[in-house]
Parts: sequence; C-alpha cells; structure tokens
Amino acid sequence: MRVPRMQQLRLEGITRRFGDVRAVDGIDLTIEGGEFIALLGPSGCGKSTALNCVAGLLPLSEGEIWLDDERIDGLPPERRGFGMVFQSYALFPHLSVRRNVAFGLAMRGVGKSEQRERIDEALRLVRLTKHADRFPAQLSGGEQQRVAIARAVVVEPPLVLMDEPLSNLDAKLRIDLRTEVRRLHQELGLTTVYVTHDQEEALSLADRVVVLREGRVQEVGTPEEVYLHPVNRYVADFMGYRNMFELDVERVEGEDLVLAGPGLRLHGRSRQKLTNGRALAAIRPDDFIVGEQGDSTVEVTVEVVEYRGRDFAVEAAISSGARLHFVSEHPLSPGEHTVLGVARERVLIFDTDADAGTESNNDGAAA
Amino acid sequence: MAAAVDEIKQGDQPPGGQAGRPSLRHRLAERGVDRTLLLLAPALLAIVLLFMYPFVYGFGLSFFPRSGGAFANYAEFFGDPYERDTIFKTLALALPATLFNTLVAVPIAYRMRGRFRGKRTLTTLLTIPVTLGTVLVAQGLLAYLGPRGWVNRTLLGIGLIEEPVQLVQNYWGVFFAIVISDFPFAFLLTLAFVSGIDPTLERAAATLGAGAWQRFRRVTLPLLAPGLGITFCLTFVLAFSVFPSAILVGDPAGSTRVISVAAYRAAFEEYDYSMGSAIAIIMAAVELTVIVIVLAWRSRLYRGTSAGGKG
Repeated sequence: MRVPRMQQLRLEGITRRFGDVRAVDGIDLTIEGGEFIALLGPSGCGKSTALNCVAGLLPLSEGEIWLDDERIDGLPPERRGFGMVFQSYALFPHLSVRRNVAFGLAMRGVGKSEQRERIDEALRLVRLTKHADRFPAQLSGGEQQRVAIARAVVVEPPLVLMDEPLSNLDAKLRIDLRTEVRRLHQELGLTTVYVTHDQEEALSLADRVVVLREGRVQEVGTPEEVYLHPVNRYVADFMGYRNMFELDVERVEGEDLVLAGPGLRLHGRSRQKLTNGRALAAIRPDDFIVGEQGDSTVEVTVEVVEYRGRDFAVEAAISSGARLHFVSEHPLSPGEHTVLGVARERVLIFDTDADAGTESNNDGAAA
Repeated sequence: MAAAVDEIKQGDQPPGGQAGRPSLRHRLAERGVDRTLLLLAPALLAIVLLFMYPFVYGFGLSFFPRSGGAFANYAEFFGDPYERDTIFKTLALALPATLFNTLVAVPIAYRMRGRFRGKRTLTTLLTIPVTLGTVLVAQGLLAYLGPRGWVNRTLLGIGLIEEPVQLVQNYWGVFFAIVISDFPFAFLLTLAFVSGIDPTLERAAATLGAGAWQRFRRVTLPLLAPGLGITFCLTFVLAFSVFPSAILVGDPAGSTRVISVAAYRAAFEEYDYSMGSAIAIIMAAVELTVIVIVLAWRSRLYRGTSAGGKG
C-alpha cells in the first residue's frame, strides 16, 4: 500500500444554495488521507451537490475547503487536481481508451514515454489492457466505468471523487466492480469520497459513512456504528430498520424503555432523550426471531411470503392490523399464526421528531 | 410502387400451403414494409411532380440548345470568360461569407449552450434576420451603409475618413447581406449541435486538469466538427444561390455578377431557357462539388455519439 498523497481535507460549513433552497447546508467534515468516505442519502439529499462543490464544479455559497494548509474553495476544478468518476462515465467518445486515460497526463505535461508506462499500468489495474485501442462505444457499461476509474486514478490525484459510479450497472456487475473499487483504493493508497444512495454499497466500501438529509449531516461513523446505532429515525429508516411503530412510552429505566400500543408491547433501548410521551420503535426485519424467545414477543398473522434463496421475507399483520416485516428460515404460509421474539438491544427507540439527536453527532470529527 | 402495393395485398390473405416458408406478409414485415407505408404515397407524388420532374426536365432541356450539338450550352458557358467567371465571383462571395458565419456562430453558440436568464431573448434577437427576407435586409443595408447612411456619417463626423466609403453597390454590400440573412441558420444549427454534446464531458475534462481553452479544443471542438461540416454545407448552398441581394446591394454587372444572375439573364432576358437550364445545372454541380469535399473531410472525423456513456 502506498502513502496517501494528502494529509487532510477539511470541509468547514460548506453550503450551496440554489435560489432559496439550501442543497448543501453547512457540512463540516474532516477527511484523513487514505480514508474511504461514503456520502449516503436518498436522491435530493445534497450528496452529489456536496461532491461537485469539493471537485470545484460548483462554487460554494458559504464555507471553506482546506486541503492540508491550502484553502482551495476558490480554485477552479482543473487546478484542484482531484480525480472524478461520474455516474454516466463521461468518457470522451472520440478518443480511444488509451487516449482517454492519457488525457489527464497530457494536461499535466507528462512526457510521452512516462505516459505510456503509467497508462499501461492503469489499464492493467482495471484489467482492460486488451481493450486499449477500442473506443468507448465499443465497450460494455462496466468496462466503460473501469476506463473512467483508470482515467481518474492514473494522474495520482490527492483525492478521488466518485459520484454514484455503479448506479448505471446491473446488479451482478455492480457487486464485482464494487470490490474492484475497494481493491484499487487499498492498492493505490487513494483517498476516496464516494457518493451513493445504496446503503449496502456505502457500508461495504467505506471506512466511514456520512449520512445526509436535506443537505445536512445526520450521522458520521464507521459502517458498524451507523448500521447498529443509527442516531435518529431518519438514519434508521435508511439503514433498513423497516419496522417502525409509534407507541406510548410505558416505562423508562435509564436507557431501557418499554413501549406499548394496541397489540404490541416492546422492550427497547434509546440513546436519545425523549421529548414527549410518544416514541418510535425501530426494528430490522432480520432481528425478529420466529418463536417465543427474546425480551418482547409479538403475535402475528402471516400475509405475504417472499422466497429469497436462503430465507423468506415475510409480511405479517399484528392484532391492531399494522404491518410487520420479518425474516424466517422456514417457509410459512399465508394465514398462519406465529409468535415472534426480539431482543431488547435490537429494538431502537427514537424520539418522534426526526431531527432530534443529530446535533451531538454533527461535529464531524475524524474517526 | 404499384407492385409493392400488390404484394402487400397478397400478404393480407391467409398464408397458403407453402410449408416451412414464412408468409410473404411476415417477410415484408421483417423488412419494415407494411400498409402504413402507403401513407408516404402523397408525399412521394408531390416530390416527384414538384421537384424531380422539373429537375429532370431542366437537365434534359440543357442538352437541347438553340443551336449546335448537345453540349453547346456548356461549351459556350465555359468558353466565355464573362460567363465562366460568374462561378468564381459567386464562390468568392459564398465561401468567405459562409466561413465567416460558421466560425462566428461557434463561439456564440458555445457561450449559449447552458441555461441562463435571457437566453430566449438573445436567441430571438439573433434569429430575427431570417424572418425579414433578403429584400428588406437589402433596403436596410442601402440606408444604413450607403454614402449618406449612419455608418458613413458617423465615420465622417469623428474624422476617421474624409469622404464616404463605398460599402454598398459592390462586393461588400452583398457580403454583408449574406452574413445578415444566413447567420441565423448557421447559429441555430450550431447551437443545436453544441447542445447535443453531453456537458458532463467538459466537467470530466476540467477535473482532469483541462482549462477552458483545452476543454473546448480537445473535447467540444472534435465532437462539434462534424456538425460544423453540415452547418457549412447548408449555409453555403444558401449563400451560393444569392440572387436578390446581388442585384439590390451589389454590382450585378461587375463584381457581383453571380451565377444566378447569369442564369436569370439567359432565361428571362434572352429567353434562352436551354442556356438558363444549363447554367442552373452548372450551379448545382459546383454546389455539389463543395459539399462533397466538405463531407469527405467530415467522413474522416469521429462521428459517433456525443454523450459520455449510455446515460
């Protein structure tokens, strides 16, 4: 593994307005050299806008960007020298693969023989040596994106920005190329900022995940932290906590709570201070266990069963009529009654206000 | 065409006993032939009657001169320097004016490729001359550039010149007229071609270290060049057939005796339709030659998609 070509990139309160809309609203984040950061959020959360601001393709409305000791937010993209990979590949259609990869080197005035060496090396890394003389239109989507990645990393940029690079690819290819992106990041000692709306992609690739909502940071943490301990209902929803029940708070004992409502009584934990007598219980479908075990139990009637290969995804109804999702290892049939259990620590309890709890995690400190 | 219609009618009947062979209807359908093609018939008829027939008639007519053999008209045209020179006079007007229009359209269209406030107003302003018609433009030019027009009076007033500059009734009058009336075409075509280029490509080039000029030269221009070839051809044809302005703001007996003037004189002043047709055919041949040269150059360029991926 090579040494990263930058120490630290600091985003200080970066804001980008479009008219009255604050697409990016005061993001603070420090990225250390060698890190793989994923900006995660649904479309419209400002993640691509933030990336374009870092690249210099969009000017900031407010805030500062520092690369080590240099303030760079006033520099045009060509003088920042960050590599960028686009969702639409953005290969130059009139240039061969080799000349696409050569583009950045030529702009930096690298000599012909060194260019050839570095291009060969980059194409070898993305396993496209055989296609060097083809044109982009002659390549598949996955190959095109590999060319785009080679083109971005061949200039050895201090920072590589990737804007949903795998979104246009089919599912199988996406997983293959995902591994390749991570492998390149490690082998080349890159510092990468990766924008995605796919939580699985973010969790599997990143060292740290930044969850965004409406242009603001919701949570920064390792994939495990974000996955197991989402800070609020919004992040939980995004992390696959598909079951959300708004219930009355029955009992509070420190972090342990009991929530109750029609047909449902749940023991859970909360890291938030609750502001009212109602609260939200969030449970991932795979945290339910079929059978009477765990701290809380729920009686359900099976409604829809989806085969998933290793297990079954089940939609069921509780006595109040509300829907509940769980995973079963055994086939169940619609109409069947069963009992589910869930452990106390896997029932996350949040304040009903989605914005609660974000401030404490919004300091953007490096991991 | 009638045969095709018959075949289609046969195809309507249920397939016969020919085992193993798809029915005629299927085979035609595979080639995109079906009854909707009949809807083309009125348009084809109009083209044949209004365009092909006069052209073929004129082409034939040019080989039946008032006297001499089949090629007498052509021999006469090329044998007479006064007639022959009309080709070069027209080229001398059309080529520089077209080149000027195409080259000036590029930076303006390039600048206007994105979205910005007032774009529609600006596009309208740049396009208005098309709606004016050549006669009105010529009128305007006469008043504006004439010896007592605003331009000369201003130049005289600030003392740049001592006596009025001759800007109309000569080569330059026609040149300006062509520029004014054909520029909107060049501009609109170029704008369409520029807008077809994926803006992400320039952004990618920027992140790779290319400044504004390099982005234009290495990404936009190569992708735009084939379109510029087309723009050049279309505006060249317009300029080469210049007629009203050559007479109204030009010097139709001398420096702007363009080839269309020669054809007009032959046909409608000397009533030699055969000679007029011959000149028209020569005119078409010259236009075709220029177009073929431009298209040959264009065929050596990259002409594929101007998007950066499958999108």
